[in-house]
Amino acid sequence: MPIGDVLPEISLTLGAVAIVLFASFVRQRQHHWAAVLALLVIGLGAGLTVAQWGGAPRLTFADVWALDGVALASKLVVLVAGALVVAMSPEWMRTDRRHGEYYALVLFALLGVIMMASASDTMELVLGVLLSSVASYPLAAYHRGWAPALEAGMKYFLIGALTNALLTIGVVVLFGLTGSTGYPDIAQALATDSDRLALTIATACVVLGLTFKLAAFPAHAWMPDVAQGSPVPAAAFLTVIPKIGAAVALARFVSLLPPDVAWRAIVASISVATMTLGNVAALRQTDVRRLLGWSSVSQSGYALMAIVVLGINDKALPALVFFLASYAIANLAAFAVVTHLRGRTALDDYRGLARHAPIAATILIVSLLSLVGIPPLVGFFGKLMLFRVTLEGGYAWLALVAVINTVVSLFYYLRIVAPMMFGSRQSAVHVLSGQWARSTMAVAGVLLIAGGLGAEALSLFTGSIRFAL
Amino acid sequence: MILTAALGLPMLGALALAVSSRWTETAARRCAIAVSVLPVLLLIWAWRQFDPQGALFQFVEEVPWVPSLGMGYRLGVDGIALAVATMSALVFSASIAYPVDTKHQPRQYYAWMLFLQSVSLGVFLALDLLLFYVFFDLSLVGMFFLIGRWGHGQAQLAAFKFFLYTFCGSLLLLLAIIGLYLSVEPHTFDMRVLIEQQPLAGAGMTAALVFLALMLGFAIKTPMVPVHTWLPQAHVDAPGPVSAILAGVLLKMGTYGIIRIPFAMMAETFSRHALVIALFAVASILYGAFVALGQRNLKRRIAYTSINHMGYTVLGIAVAGALIQDTGYARELALVGATVEMVAHGLITGALFLICGSFWQRTEEYDLDSYGGLLRQAPWLTAFAVLASFASLGLPGLAGFVAEFHIFAGTFGVYPWLAVIGVLGILVTAALFLQMLQKVFFGAMPERWAQFEDLRPIEWGVLAVLSAGFVIIGVAPAFLLTLVEASATLLVGGR
Repeated sequence: MPIGDVLPEISLTLGAVAIVLFASFVRQRQHHWAAVLALLVIGLGAGLTVAQWGGAPRLTFADVWALDGVALASKLVVLVAGALVVAMSPEWMRTDRRHGEYYALVLFALLGVIMMASASDTMELVLGVLLSSVASYPLAAYHRGWAPALEAGMKYFLIGALTNALLTIGVVVLFGLTGSTGYPDIAQALATDSDRLALTIATACVVLGLTFKLAAFPAHAWMPDVAQGSPVPAAAFLTVIPKIGAAVALARFVSLLPPDVAWRAIVASISVATMTLGNVAALRQTDVRRLLGWSSVSQSGYALMAIVVLGINDKALPALVFFLASYAIANLAAFAVVTHLRGRTALDDYRGLARHAPIAATILIVSLLSLVGIPPLVGFFGKLMLFRVTLEGGYAWLALVAVINTVVSLFYYLRIVAPMMFGSRQSAVHVLSGQWARSTMAVAGVLLIAGGLGAEALSLFTGSIRFAL
Repeated sequence: MILTAALGLPMLGALALAVSSRWTETAARRCAIAVSVLPVLLLIWAWRQFDPQGALFQFVEEVPWVPSLGMGYRLGVDGIALAVATMSALVFSASIAYPVDTKHQPRQYYAWMLFLQSVSLGVFLALDLLLFYVFFDLSLVGMFFLIGRWGHGQAQLAAFKFFLYTFCGSLLLLLAIIGLYLSVEPHTFDMRVLIEQQPLAGAGMTAALVFLALMLGFAIKTPMVPVHTWLPQAHVDAPGPVSAILAGVLLKMGTYGIIRIPFAMMAETFSRHALVIALFAVASILYGAFVALGQRNLKRRIAYTSINHMGYTVLGIAVAGALIQDTGYARELALVGATVEMVAHGLITGALFLICGSFWQRTEEYDLDSYGGLLRQAPWLTAFAVLASFASLGLPGLAGFVAEFHIFAGTFGVYPWLAVIGVLGILVTAALFLQMLQKVFFGAMPERWAQFEDLRPIEWGVLAVLSAGFVIIGVAPAFLLTLVEASATLLVGGR
């Protein structure tokens, strides 16, 4: 067995187990050391992933596990994002009785997302989706004594149960059609004639199953509740990281389909519906966390644009991964600021923040501007690449829809910015004591600008990635 | 290095003001004024070094930024860019030096002003399409915070409207820029390559769409009728110096962009649609003039004359791009006129809006009918207001005349009937300025203005510098014309 090919994943698993044991035997007050442990494990995983970099794209473990540029790049993005989430958590979780186990759940959820991104087999995909879902439900409802958290967790779980079932049905139908679960065999079997109706049903089920993880229309309804109700670091995790795995998994899956299944039209319409719905719903929100949740829905819509032109344009995959990375940094920076501000969530509470907490306010504003795509922040280059591949792929109308949506989104992001800059407040601003959240926020803020000025590095890193298949 | 210094120094100044909280109001103000003058001096020096017989773009600097995308930090100027940039730097220094109520946040106010100066100069100095877009967008961010924080009336609403409306235009621009980028092999954002290769010539539908997106984006910024509706409110609610920058510098980004991108890079497509653009320009001229005539609000009236004047500029550009046989000289005249109009309008309207700022500081009142007879109370203010108004309505001997003369002389050579209609605009402008002067400065003075203060030394000092600018251009325009003609000949005749 080529154990060496999955060393990053093995290290994550062992690390998670070690954290569970650590948390069972150490006093609650010392649980923040579990965060250090988790960061070390993630660092080790990232190091091992980098060591795999540079080889020719290939499949391994009887072709169920992809080891190609896309998998490795998205794995690195997921791990870096995971590290940021872990680093913003300790002070928030300090008072929770089960502080230490939280990090184990984060690591398991990361592992699930990485499996989604690397799966080259439908069963493997199901496994990844289920692992990340199972680890994520308790993350959403971690403060089980608080009703909104429970509601968020419940909604997340119900929608997840439904769509995961659909995903499994799709996988079973596909197995019935092709007699195989491995992507290479499926692609081969579908290239020859097969039952188009069954294939359409299977495609619809798999795509629906993945829209849940992407928080894309029609399985997006959990996102605003989770963003609002779950612990802020967990919300940061759930609004960003599952998306990365799901987007790559979706791209991998649709690239198997024969051209006469109109998957481009399907993905394009999901993209339009998702970005429009997310933006329109965000317009009137008066709760910042909920607003960020809806904005995260709309960002999934943008990401799908790259999948629409997959195979027409060889820059589509680099654009997808670049955009996801830029989105991850910006959204994590925003949530890190909210964490630092003790989860302050009503829009009115942000009034006059620029005067009283200038650094936090600046980072929040910069992260929101990056989500809009104002240059020279990293989010601009993400959107630039998306627009570029969409235009080059002949989907100018889709780019135009995205442009209109971007203008709409500017409105609600400015609704957060304006009171912070132009309003005034009397009361003091309460922040989390300690350095974890504060320094995470600063690191993410620096990444937003450094990622823009150093876009060349990110672009070289993603520039030549492609699927092994 | 000279261009990098011109836009880098204000940025450093802005950073210095932003990071430390120990600046006092006086110190922040002095530092901002000193830093903002440096780009003016640097650009004047560049002007003296500029070789009119030389290449189109001079002082070129190039550092790779994202080479895998074909994007670089590329700066360089032709005569048109240099003239507009120098004027912009001057208007910025004047606006920064002009006294204003900083609402207890002097440090932030001056930092944003310097930031805006840096990115605005960046727009005019960039030789890379994407870099141009970066600065173009950043100028919106700076303007948004300046209007929203230091404006009056419904400042936040005005700032929102300004940002959303113009951001819409700039995103269209982004799509068009990507379209241009994709049309050259190898893909690049280098303006020089795009101007030389004219990649979309004969590209049919693609060219038409790219052109439409570019023109819409720039028309919103300019602004041209019918996409001008963000302008009046932004102007009325912005503080005086910020209005001066908005009118003097930010509007120029639209017309400068038209010259730099669709006009220079898509000459064939531009010539096919030149007449339509000219018609819209004439519509802007007339609409701006007549609506301005109907305004009772001092600042709103001047704001609408901006639409009128930018209409002249666009008319000049449209005529220059018409590509009709044997009209080379007329077209060059029109392009020179358009550039001079940009410079003149920046100085003149900058001065007028600063004067509006002085009114607001004293009275918080813009209603024309509430004023009267201020001549005796404030002779200096009257003198500068009269001078700037006359310059704006195109009195010979002042800068506006030189510009409009060139534009209409060029237009007569190409579209004579449009010139005849367009000249009507000048007539209406004259009427509206004279009526404004008469209402504010002559007649009986209402009791409530008995305490009205005349200009302070710093105010008239700043206005004197700007006025000197448009008087010198009016009397001895040769220094400006040589510079602009050098590039206009290359752009019009060299194709």
